[in-house]
Amino acid sequence: MEEFIEVKDVYFQYEGTEGEDSSAFALNGVNMTINKGEFVAIVGHNGSGKSTLAKHFNSIYLPTTGDIFVDGINTKDDDRLFEIRKKVGLVLQNPDNQIVAGIVEEDVAFGCENIGIPSKEIRIRVDNALKAVDMYDYRTHSPDKLSGGQKQRIAIAGIIAMEPECIVLDEPTAMLDPQGRDEVIHTITELNRNMGITIILITHYMEEAVLADRVIVMDSGNVLTSGTPKEVFAQVELLKQRRLDVPQATELIYKLAGCGFELPKCVLNEEECVQALIKYCSLQKKNG
Amino acid sequence: MSVVRAENIRFVYGGGTSFEKTALDDVNFEIEEGEFVGIIGHTGSGKSTLVQLLNGLIRPTEGKIYINGKDIWEEPKKIREVRFKVGMVFQYPEYQLFEETVYKDISFGPKNMGLEQDEIDKRVRSAAEFTGLREDQLESSPFELSGGEKRRAAIAGVIAMDPDVLILDEPTAGLDPLGRDALLSQIVDYHKVRKNTVLLVSHSMEDIARIADRILVMSKGKKWMLDTTHNVFSRGKELENIGLRVPQITKIMMMLRQKGINVDPTVLTVEQGFNEIVNYLS
Repeated sequence: MEEFIEVKDVYFQYEGTEGEDSSAFALNGVNMTINKGEFVAIVGHNGSGKSTLAKHFNSIYLPTTGDIFVDGINTKDDDRLFEIRKKVGLVLQNPDNQIVAGIVEEDVAFGCENIGIPSKEIRIRVDNALKAVDMYDYRTHSPDKLSGGQKQRIAIAGIIAMEPECIVLDEPTAMLDPQGRDEVIHTITELNRNMGITIILITHYMEEAVLADRVIVMDSGNVLTSGTPKEVFAQVELLKQRRLDVPQATELIYKLAGCGFELPKCVLNEEECVQALIKYCSLQKKNG
Repeated sequence: MSVVRAENIRFVYGGGTSFEKTALDDVNFEIEEGEFVGIIGHTGSGKSTLVQLLNGLIRPTEGKIYINGKDIWEEPKKIREVRFKVGMVFQYPEYQLFEETVYKDISFGPKNMGLEQDEIDKRVRSAAEFTGLREDQLESSPFELSGGEKRRAAIAGVIAMDPDVLILDEPTAGLDPLGRDALLSQIVDYHKVRKNTVLLVSHSMEDIARIADRILVMSKGKKWMLDTTHNVFSRGKELENIGLRVPQITKIMMMLRQKGINVDPTVLTVEQGFNEIVNYLS
């Protein structure tokens, strides 16, 4: 697989924090690689360094020491800043901080205009982006009349319209209702599968993390563990110890297995959970 | 007597303009003293509008809101008193911190109520304790606190007014699981000690399932249902149709039941589900 983002021994200290010990650093020697076309979920507590790391992926923050390469370009390379930002789009936690225009479709077009896309092309991209987030019907509305969840989908549409190679989303669903959450996550998955866009999803919802190709767990400014969702969520003990969530389905099977019932090591969603239990029951029946 | 009563509430935003939108239509319900009620609904279902009506921030286009049996708009000049009785914690309340110290910020509400200095001090300290802030944090600037602590300070400021009805609009949004669990259990403990009425708006079905006595379900500006947590979450299919979900554990039990495994499909927590399945398997 081709590498897209390479994080090499990155330390980061916020201005104003002092000291040399590890607690003074928001990032503590992070190493990771994100491959082209991959869907990676990053989970961890507030203060674990996930959002700080996310802002490094398109040069909003620069490492205090260490380097980050985006498609081979060092994020410290000031001359190629625009190139990096064109490749990596960032969707933030709070949609109110990222809406700029008075009309929905103008807001979605803002990014495209800035990178010099011809206006005919912008029209098509904006329509497609709005359809992708299911906000097409609101294209002529004023964003301030929308709910938080709707605004977030507009912000995502604005990024999608720029057709970046990679989208970093920092808790994009924190304010959405369950259906809105499903729609956004569905959109993200589609963009990844159909268009090959690399997705880095930062989230507190483990039900979202299980959909990724790979899950990275951050703790105290470093990578605690990483792997496929199955590999990561099989470590229920470790995650619980750090007071991180696991999906309820995973927890249920883990608890049952702990009581001696012969069940798979890890399930990720309700379907797998139900299947495992049904299989167990029919085996029990057969054995009398 | 019910502590909160909404009678034929209708609310229209932007009346008379081209943006006119009916946010609430013919909403009726009663909430009893000491209840812990969860409010759920899809984005734009009218939840936030509803809670703003309850403490008199906006006035219903039609209908009446009664708090402790009194129509809150009977004397519009006294609407401020309603806000002391019905405390409101907005979404992302930490953005509203403004004072020099945490102590001053928490005391802002009680001060405005015209309380004595002794009483204010007592309330600030007990509110800080309820929300898990340390004594020594009271003298620091609110802006030195972490995100989770800021939110607690903001909630403490409302609790310090000792409202009969406490409304929290998505108090855990943006918090990590650790911060979320800590804050929720503090709210539950506060509710148990103070025995007041709490209304909690949330998008997390798992949280609501764990802590609410009853749930008010809003859909498209109308009251869809107000019933016990158990009864609401036993209508999984219909909830999905209005853009909501049941907790994952409830869904699992429903699916098992459909496959002919005889378990109670209305469990609300992993613990209950675990016990139910162990019973079945043994």
